[in-house]
Formats: sequence, structure tokens, C-alpha cells
Amino acid sequence: MKKTLTTLALGAAMAAGPAMADLVFPDLSYRTGPYAAGGIPFSDGYNDYFTLLNERDGGIGGVKAKVIECETGYNTEKGVECYESTKGQGALIYQPLSTGITYQLIPKVTADNIPLHTMGYGRTSAANGEVFSHVFNYPANYWNGASGVVNYLLESNGGDISGKKIALIYHNSAYGKEPIRTLEELSKKHGFELIALPVDHPGQEQKSQWLQIRRDRPDNVVMWGWGVMNQVAIQEAANIRFPMENFIGVWWSGAEHDVMPAGAKADGYKAVTFHNVGRDFPVFDDIQKYVVDAGKAAGAGDQVGNVLYNRGMYAAMLAAEAAKTAQEIHGTADITAAMMRDGMEALVIDEAKMEALGMPNFGPTFNVSCENHGGPGLVGVTQWDAESKTWSLISDFKPSDTEVIGKLIEEDSAAYASENNIEPGCS
Amino acid sequence: MFYREAGDFKVSYADDSQTFPIKFDRYRYYVVLAVAFGLIPFLINDYWANAILLPFLIYSIAAIGLNILVGYCGQVSLGTGGFMAVGAYACYKLMTAFPEVSMFIHVILAGGITAFVCVLFGLPSLRIKGFYLAVATLAAQFFLVWLFNRVPWFYNYSASGQINAPERDTFGIIITGPNAPAWATYLFCLIFLTVCALIARNLTRGTVGRTWMAIRDMDIAAEIIGVNPLKAKLTAFAVSGFFIGISGALFFAVYLGAVEVGEAFGIQKSFLVLFMVILGGLGSIFGSFAGAAFLVLLPVILKVVGVDLLNWPTDIVAHFQLVIVGALIIVFLIAEPHGMAQLWRVAKEKLRLWPFPH
Repeated sequence: MKKTLTTLALGAAMAAGPAMADLVFPDLSYRTGPYAAGGIPFSDGYNDYFTLLNERDGGIGGVKAKVIECETGYNTEKGVECYESTKGQGALIYQPLSTGITYQLIPKVTADNIPLHTMGYGRTSAANGEVFSHVFNYPANYWNGASGVVNYLLESNGGDISGKKIALIYHNSAYGKEPIRTLEELSKKHGFELIALPVDHPGQEQKSQWLQIRRDRPDNVVMWGWGVMNQVAIQEAANIRFPMENFIGVWWSGAEHDVMPAGAKADGYKAVTFHNVGRDFPVFDDIQKYVVDAGKAAGAGDQVGNVLYNRGMYAAMLAAEAAKTAQEIHGTADITAAMMRDGMEALVIDEAKMEALGMPNFGPTFNVSCENHGGPGLVGVTQWDAESKTWSLISDFKPSDTEVIGKLIEEDSAAYASENNIEPGCS
Repeated sequence: MFYREAGDFKVSYADDSQTFPIKFDRYRYYVVLAVAFGLIPFLINDYWANAILLPFLIYSIAAIGLNILVGYCGQVSLGTGGFMAVGAYACYKLMTAFPEVSMFIHVILAGGITAFVCVLFGLPSLRIKGFYLAVATLAAQFFLVWLFNRVPWFYNYSASGQINAPERDTFGIIITGPNAPAWATYLFCLIFLTVCALIARNLTRGTVGRTWMAIRDMDIAAEIIGVNPLKAKLTAFAVSGFFIGISGALFFAVYLGAVEVGEAFGIQKSFLVLFMVILGGLGSIFGSFAGAAFLVLLPVILKVVGVDLLNWPTDIVAHFQLVIVGALIIVFLIAEPHGMAQLWRVAKEKLRLWPFPH
């Protein structure tokens, strides 16, 4: 018994030895609970991209990437546990895929000097890098999303939506409340009426909200949902025969699993997005060859090319590119979390780079700087075709209302800075 | 052999009525205190503090609070999550309104405010009992969560509806916020837990506790022998609310730092604390500790064993966790309905007779 224990300990020590040299990317995922439907494809995409880099390129800059997965169940307490248990293992970057956990981690990562990337979620005002030194939310944030929705409605209504009624059905949490401020500002600017309808966690119970929609007859319904709430909302919309083409979701409410349960009735449902959809990109051939066919795919391996799989892969790609940038800046392959932060702040994504990665036109081109951690905020619109079971881009990536959003970001980040005694500035 | 009263003579009433009359028990208690105060603060790191010890300490306070209400006074409550939210939001409002005041005072005041709210919701207990009271407190749970979501004043009109604990200190030591050292947050919670447990233990051994137990065992009989049910029930609600409020304040300010009311203080929190009390042992202070330790540690241990040692996929481990915790709860309730405290009592009884059981 004693001997086996010693061998075990030795084995663990030996396993831990070379592991220290790896580039560690913790994956705070959720494959269980009411939000698992969204958590699984994202995490699969995130894992698979790093597996691809290890298998095809031998890692990032010659150093293997190591993904440590930790199950949060979209629960903040477990998120804290995951953060604390992984940060000691050399974590370079955190991507929790949860706005609640993000709020918890913002002060912690800043104190621990580890960057946090919340792509399309989290605290929107983190786009102001002068206040949020360690938090990044490029290439787009919630307020870009909200403005993108309104812009799309403007466009499809000939530039005038004054007097229209727009209902916002949202997850009653920090995540769902995030767009309200922007939508209120925009409703003042464009003269539409905003009706806000909260749905409580986890979101299976929406009868009363849809009854109200049926009574108020809004021209458009905007959804800020996640997890099981999306499927229920689309089903309820179908039940009250709300025209699907007037129903538009944020990017977290627009994946295959959200629309599939409603079947043919979901045809025409729209969602905004900040990256491309489908699997018509060369990178997927590599993933198929090096990861899926080699039997190294994360999870069940059946999510490749799904909207959220693509997003997870995109998140991993941005992290890997930032790591490469950090390696170049600091001239060492073995980077630390502090170097990673510098890499993220100096990240340049241009068309040539995307082309070389096998993702031409997959996402926007942008430069991150200390002043702007938020990227360009370009928003496209996708639509669901129930017949062919595919999402397709119906409106190209267009800029959002930076005038309104910029002012709100300034305001909110200034409030955060004064609350936490942060001296805004770039060092 | 080690654990017996023989030779342990009591020469005064004070000796006779002390909390741990058996010498071995008393020394064990001193050793636990010495390790908790004197040793752990020097060894603690962020992981141990934030993943294991802080939740254990904080849930223990909540479990003691609920145990007073359910275990000692027999008033079933499903409002724990809501009352913890009262503590958390009271603490937040106080922290942001009076930044220069010590955290100790904020937390105690938050407990006081929760006690007041708890008494308000406890008033119906004079008329309704058992399951009906459980439903009334369930209403409190939903009402309070709705209130904190609905009224922006409670979260200082922040855009997301979240509350964030700013950096605050006590005697110059940072207690809340990301820069608080692990030992400071640990000691801060430990001091509250120790004081709460002492108060609870002594209350339950005295007149107040006996009136609670009389009400629990048979309220009509208690009334006939002169126990005032109004006073007994409302004091139980007040004391329970005070402890639960303290735990809610610590949960928000020291442990999590940022809280969303529906997620952190939802109905599942009420059930979790109730499970702690039932598994640990109704009507036992030690049981509150045991139940909290069990439900805080078990998921962490399962995760360490499943993911880190056996390298299983995280989702399988998470599902197993539900199965194992559920099965253990059922097994416990069948094998030992009086909870872990009863196991401990039986073990002590056996130890006293050991090695000559006959």
C-alpha cells in the first residue's frame, strides 16, 4: 500500500513537472444544468482548437497548450472554486462564459494580474481599458448587440421606427439587464416604445410574459436569453403565432439547439452575431483531420460547425493569437499571465492573419489598444432556415451606434473607477 | 478509556453547568479552537480560503441560525435564502453609505436588520403551523428576491442589478475586495462563527432555549405551563434571523464579492441550508457544523477525486455528484434520521464504555 502511494505521488510529481512549462488555458465550462445546451458546444470548440494547435503546429510557438476544464454549472460559487483551483497552475487567461462569474472575477483577476476575456458578454464598460486594465471584451459587447438589433430594425423599416413597440424579453439577471440601459437611450433617440419583460432563472416559465406580448402586440420582440430559456421562448412565440421574422435574439439566443425544438415553426427566427456561421472555412477541414478523425475531439464530437462551437473556437483562436503576440513582444515562448495581458492589449487581427488561420472573413479585423479593449463592435444578423436546418448571414457586419454606446461606457466605467478608487489611465 | 467522567470531580455549580462537562470533550474543544485561530491562519492560501473554509464557516453560521428556528423551536422555514439576501443587501447599503465604519459593525447591523425582517415574516407563525408556515416562509423567500430585483435603490441603481462589495477594512486590515488577504477573511468569518456558536449554545441551554423546545415539543402544553408563545416564537425568529443575516452579509461581502440575488439567494439556497440542518441533526449546534461541512466538502472532494485523480470528464463527475449527494441524503435519513449529531452522540456513548461494553 505504502509503495503504491509512493509511486502514485512520484507519478503525480512527474506529471506535474513538465506540465508547468505548458501554456495553461483554463476552461470554466458548464456541461450540466439548465445552461448546458449552450455550454457544451462552446467548450467543445474551445478545447478542439487548442487540440488542433497541439496536433498540427506542435502548440503555440513551440510550447504545448494545455486546457484545464472545470465545471461551473453556470453557478457563481462553483465558478469561484474553479478560479481558485486553476489559477495556481499557471493560468494565462480566463473565459468563464457567464456574466455572473465575470462580475465576480473582474476585481480578482485585476488583483492577481491575470487577463479576463469576455467575448460578447460580461461587463460592457470593460471596453474602457483605462479603467479595466485586465478585462477585455473584444470584438463586440452587449451594447453593440443591442444597437445592432435596433440598427437592423431601422434598416428593414426604411430608417424610421418611431412609434413602434419593441418588447425586450430578458433573463432576469445581470446578463439580461445589461442591454436595457442602451435600449432605453436608443428608444429616446429613435422614438420607439420599449417594453421590458423579465424571465426568472432558469426560464422554463414564460406563459405570462408571452400572454402580455399577445395583448400588447409589439411590432418586434428582442430576446436576451440563454440556456433553456431560448427554446421555451421560441416555442411560446410559435404557440401564440408571433411572426418569427419579427423575433430577433442576441447572439446568445441564436444557436441550433435553441430553434430545433420548435421545428418548422421556428423558421425565419433571427439573431445578431459578431462572427460568421457555418463550416465553410478551411480550418474545419483541419479540425476534422487532426482532431475529430484522430478521436481527440472534446465531448461527443458532434458539435463541429454549430454556432456556439464556432464561437468557442473563435474565442480560443483569439486567445492563441494573443499568446503568440505576447511571445513576440517578450521574446520568450514560455509566457506568464502578465505577458499574456500585454499580448492581448497589442493584439492585431487583420485579414491576412485570418486567411492564414483558415478563417477568411470569419470575424472582423481589429486592433486592441489600451484605450479600447472592446474592438470594433461590428454586428451582423443571421436567420434560421428550418428546412435546411442552417443559420445564414442575412445582413453583413455593420458598425453599431458608437455615439450612444461610447457615452454609456464612459459613464459606467467612471462609476466603477470611483467606487473602487481606480485612477484611469494607460501606463 | 480516554473518554470518561470517572475522576473528573465537579466542585462548584459553575463546573457542573459548563458547556463541556467531560474533560476530554473540553480539551478537544480547546484544541480545535487553538488550531483554528493559531495554526490555520498561517497555513491558509487563497484556494483553501475561498473554495473550502469560507463557505464552510459561513454556511455553518446560516445552519446554526436555521437550526434555532427549525431544530429548537420547531418552526419550519423555507425563507433562509431570502433572509440571507436581506443580510447581504443591508450590508451592501451600509458599506456604500458609511465607508469609514468598521466591517464588524456593518455585519452586526446587517444581522440586526435581518432579525427585524425575520420577525415580521415570523408573525404569521402565531396562527399557522407546520406545512402552512413553510408555505408562508416560502412566500417570504420569493417576495424578498423579487423585491431586491425590482427596487433599484437596493442595488444603488447599477446597470446590471448586481451588488459589488467595495474594499473595506476593519482596524486597518482589508476584509473585503480582491486585495483582502486569505488569513484576514478567514479570521473575520471565524470570529463571527465562534461568537455565534457560543451565543447559540448558551441561549439553547438557558431559559430562552427551553421555552423554544417546549413550544417545539407541544405548544399547547407549553402554553399551559406558562410559556408565552408569542415571545418564544418571535425570539426564535429574531435570533435565527440575526445569525442568517450575518451569514448572508459575510457570504456577499467576504466570500463572493459580487452577488446577483436570484442566483445566489434563490430557493435552492434555502433548501441547501435546510439539508445541512436535517443531515447534521435537528436541535444540535454540532450538527449545524457537521451538516455544513458535509455539504460544502463533499462536492469538492468528489471533484478532486473524479477530475484531478481519475481524469474523468467534468460533466460525468458533475452528474455523479448529484447522484452521490442525493443517495447519501436518502441513506442518512433512513439509517440515522437524527443526523450526524446523533452518530457523534452514539460514538461518544460507545467510547465511554469502551473497551468493556458490558
